[in-house]
Amino acid sequence: MKYQLKIEVSLKPGHSDPEGETTAHLLKELGYKVEKVNVSKIYSVVLDAESEKEAETKAEEMCRRLLANPTKDNYAIVIEEEK
Amino acid sequence: MKREEIRVCVLRVGGTNCDAETERSFEELGVKAEIVHVNELVKRGSLLEYSVLVFPGGFSYGDYVRAGAIWAKLILAKLGKELKAFVDENRLILGICNGFQVLVEAGLLPGFEGISPYPEAALATNFPPGYNCRWVYIKHENNGKCAFTGKIPKGKILRMPVAHSEGRFIFAKERDKQCLEKLYENDQLVFRYCDKNGEYAESRFPTNPNGSFHDIVSICNPEGTIFGLMPHPERAFHWWQQLDWTRQERMPQYGDGKLIFESLIEYLTKKF
Repeated sequence: MKYQLKIEVSLKPGHSDPEGETTAHLLKELGYKVEKVNVSKIYSVVLDAESEKEAETKAEEMCRRLLANPTKDNYAIVIEEEK
Repeated sequence: MKREEIRVCVLRVGGTNCDAETERSFEELGVKAEIVHVNELVKRGSLLEYSVLVFPGGFSYGDYVRAGAIWAKLILAKLGKELKAFVDENRLILGICNGFQVLVEAGLLPGFEGISPYPEAALATNFPPGYNCRWVYIKHENNGKCAFTGKIPKGKILRMPVAHSEGRFIFAKERDKQCLEKLYENDQLVFRYCDKNGEYAESRFPTNPNGSFHDIVSICNPEGTIFGLMPHPERAFHWWQQLDWTRQERMPQYGDGKLIFESLIEYLTKKF
């Protein structure tokens, strides 16, 4: 079965986000009433797996092994069967 | 081990830089160094023929995912066993700039309990943000554990260039004090950013060019055999690499970076 994974990696609360702060600053300069910007990364992955459970386990593994650094990153995984 | 028996492997992948300067720095000191592509090293299975492994600077694999992450995981996947043997035999590993990021992402640094399965620290986006290329002052903090700074007295101030976007050394927020204590306890702290008089930067830009926690420039593992730093010693090896050489009447023949190479060579010739 093919599964579509959406893996979002974002900074843990309390860690400074220089990219978000710079973006917020510019959006304010452009006249928007922006309070805060947080930047995160989304990986869209198409994965072969026997079941949704296996897809979830593999996605967790991918995050721990490569996509997120537990020192500073959180991750969230959404799984859908690919149509 | 005699100087001429030392063999240095300077690793290369797409996006590395200053590998040639690193090789030349060793060769200037009479040590045989060669630049080897990581695929070649895997194919030959020859890691254990070397006494020193260097991860040079650059932007390996385009700094995708996080700086150094892809190279780190690739090395672990392809050379994990040999690398562990290399570390267990207390051979030396040097990571410069992107190389430091690789060592942290691979769990080799800080390595409180040996090689960790997941990173225990991070080199995060600079604060203030952006690519920063400048000469900085760094103060030697190590009490003698680090194999790469034996010829540098504690408290000595060195000058070297940095050039990076992701050099802000951090620990997990909830454990940063505890991890810093461990660094001091194990004598793993090697350099901190300071001004030319030796006053610590206290996070002030540009003395601390990236917002690094506790002004940390560089650390080693608890054994002192794995060492990572953000500045480039190979770009501060000769007098003519220094930014003010045209303005000085008398420059010393070498820059401060040479001390790092000399120290590790001295360590190997004495220890093995």
